[in-house]
Amino acid sequence: MKDAMKPESEAELSEMVRASAGPLCLRGGGTRGVAFGAGEVLETSALAGIRLYEPGALTLVAGAGTSVAEVEAVLAGERQRLAFEVPDMRSALGRAGVSTLGGVAAVNACGPRRVQAGSARDHMLGVRFVDGTGTVVKSGGRVMKNVTGLDLVKLLAGSHGTLGVISEVAFKVQAVPEAEVSLCAQVGVTAGLGLLRKALGSPFEVSGAAYGSFGAVLRVEGMAASVRYRVAALKALLGGDWVEIDGRGLWQNVRDGGGLGAGALWRVSVKPTEAARVVASLAEVEHEATFDWGGGLIWIAVRGLADGGAGLIRAAVSGVGHATLVRGPEGVPVFQPEAAGVAALSRALRAKFDPREILNRGILNAGILDRGVGG
Amino acid sequence: MDMPLPDQAILSSRDAVLRRLRAVLPADAVISDAAETRAYECDALTAYRCAPLAVVLPRSTAEVSAVLKVCSALGVKVVPRGSGTSLAGGAFPTADCVVLGVARMNAVIETDYENRFIRVQTGRTNLAVTGAVEADGWFYAPDPSSQLACAIAGNIAMNSGGAHCLKYGVTTNNLLGVTLVLMSGEVVEIGGAYSDASGLDLLGVICGSEGQLGVVTEATLRILPKPEGARPVLMGFASNEVAGECVADIIRAGLLPVAIEFMDRPCIRACEDFAHAGYPDCEALLIVEVEGSAAEIDAQLALIKAIALRHDPVAYRESGSAEESAKIWLGRKSAFGAMGQIADYMCLDGTIPVSELPFVLRRIGEMTAAAGLRVGNVFHAGDGNMHPLILYNANKPGDLEICEALGADILKLCVEVGGCLTGEHGVGVEKRDLMTVQFSGDDLEAQLRVKDVFDPKWLLNPAKVFPLEITASRRAG
Repeated sequence: MKDAMKPESEAELSEMVRASAGPLCLRGGGTRGVAFGAGEVLETSALAGIRLYEPGALTLVAGAGTSVAEVEAVLAGERQRLAFEVPDMRSALGRAGVSTLGGVAAVNACGPRRVQAGSARDHMLGVRFVDGTGTVVKSGGRVMKNVTGLDLVKLLAGSHGTLGVISEVAFKVQAVPEAEVSLCAQVGVTAGLGLLRKALGSPFEVSGAAYGSFGAVLRVEGMAASVRYRVAALKALLGGDWVEIDGRGLWQNVRDGGGLGAGALWRVSVKPTEAARVVASLAEVEHEATFDWGGGLIWIAVRGLADGGAGLIRAAVSGVGHATLVRGPEGVPVFQPEAAGVAALSRALRAKFDPREILNRGILNAGILDRGVGG
Repeated sequence: MDMPLPDQAILSSRDAVLRRLRAVLPADAVISDAAETRAYECDALTAYRCAPLAVVLPRSTAEVSAVLKVCSALGVKVVPRGSGTSLAGGAFPTADCVVLGVARMNAVIETDYENRFIRVQTGRTNLAVTGAVEADGWFYAPDPSSQLACAIAGNIAMNSGGAHCLKYGVTTNNLLGVTLVLMSGEVVEIGGAYSDASGLDLLGVICGSEGQLGVVTEATLRILPKPEGARPVLMGFASNEVAGECVADIIRAGLLPVAIEFMDRPCIRACEDFAHAGYPDCEALLIVEVEGSAAEIDAQLALIKAIALRHDPVAYRESGSAEESAKIWLGRKSAFGAMGQIADYMCLDGTIPVSELPFVLRRIGEMTAAAGLRVGNVFHAGDGNMHPLILYNANKPGDLEICEALGADILKLCVEVGGCLTGEHGVGVEKRDLMTVQFSGDDLEAQLRVKDVFDPKWLLNPAKVFPLEITASRRAG
């Protein structure tokens, strides 16, 4: 395989895209993409470096190739963090490499704190990107509130490299809270998910609500006195036997793909009260599941089905959510097929931003996964 | 502010347009009488007025779709309207347009506490969304000052914020799904009662699109359990700079108040005269509100007090009761009305990095004095969203023009220091011609292409958001 193209500046990136006949397979560090287009690899890892960090304004601007580890270390130095919890998908996806900020933005990554803090897109204040014609475009900026013009920041977040190559991202960051406590209870799945929803419906500001082989687990963060108060309040509200645990390893597992075993791996976003039913639809199949977001997110590993469980899972979530195949058999569409109206709008947007269809060709909308290229 | 000349062909076929609209709508849903359409000739940006060709007030998504099909077929422009509270002229009509008001579509469709959402028709007012769930202990977080009147449709169109968005985010962070009617009349469902719709984030680009992309008729909104309590503290400082430093220190300390509001001396005085809120006589005033149980509030306020005392406040007053809390907020919430008692004013909405607050406040003071006008500042300090209120006299020839020129210069200053033209009010017609200050031609072209996809004939909300000269060829169709 040819060496990857690695532009060292936005101008060089622009020139490379403009000059390329394509197709181009985009990647940051190649650690979290769930689908890779065919073609020559264009890697953003050299567009690296923190350009601006103002702890007092909770703002960080960095090149797309900046490693997540570097950003997290710099933020930790000021007792700050990315609030949406960046998953490390390397183990689940069998990848090596260095996760980049651009990749986080391009897949709209998030972890268990999604229920409280939102996902990457909710913290992205601005982006710069190069579209499929090589044109440099910016949207948003570096301030907290900005409604100037159409919000292309959101459009680029989670676009999986199908609209442009992200070159720079501005993030809103958050102070690391003083204390964190996790509570665990051993209950059945239906009762457990019910308790998680009840906790999320309380004013006690739960920042994690998961269920899996470990039982039902809740997380509370904040000032020490406040955490103590809310932990007691949650125990009183929910009843039963909740034990305080050190949840750090557990939340990392939940974040990084649910901590499940072998098989096709699904990330399912669903209306929380439908979660148990979706997993029950796999009753006849060998599978395991971890629920996050009080049931709003389900990680499912399915074994022994040629389609990885696509037929069963996609039918079960139809109308109440969507399922993404993050690891599984080739030939199965990675993303949930979209309704005709939405698909038409998305196709038309791609045609405007990338008229030659050279960026990550064919991966959204009934795209077929080609794992041989980006791996 | 220029607007394109109205399309004479459309003006002269007014009767035919009305006939076609009446054929698809109930009789009371089409308004064409000049006396009645006058109510729609402007929004809250009252400096500009223009009566539309007609006004339609549909009651369902199907009726909205029918209207848009008719207008699309006839090439008639459509200006969507929520409650008409836009401060940027977002619902300002043209003489050749049909105003499509969603005010009659105000029902709650579904409330689901277990899944933490409410689905409403978008003519429902912001406060009535909270009103529908309040008795059960829930609320809808975005709270623009106009929340008593403003509609969810407008909140989505402008991606509205409010005083409490420091903690809870703005509309886009609290919107799960929409029913969108395209200019063609096609109805598209986007997102739903789950987090993160699949595929491209169309919801994200629709929110804040100022009626350029479609008409949102229904919305699924995230609702939150009400906090156990909230308590504001009021502190006065000897200068704007010191107050600005105090804000940065509070944020840097890792505290997350739900609101940090800032007022300068002219605003403090006006509010005091108007609302008698008991504000101290000082240069700058902060209202900081925290939430939680009584003990949590005490703990947070203890930290905030320690930070404030380092900056030698001339006043520090914690609310001790619901009554005192209401009084502290009363002045802030009546700020715009209070300033309106003094003179006509123009309200700006630029956002700046919080670190630039002292510099920008000083420059605004200098620039306003140089222009021979007066200014008051009241704004959301925690997120740098400024609201300079420039006072002028509408009856004095030339004063509005001086005020507009000063406003433009202040917004340019916001962009120069790393900020933006508008933090929550939107571009509308008001800031349309300043867009090139913040964006390059390529940046804007990318936005125009999105509009091309949703509204290829450029009939929706004409002559807004984008400078006229760059959209001329597209608008000519």
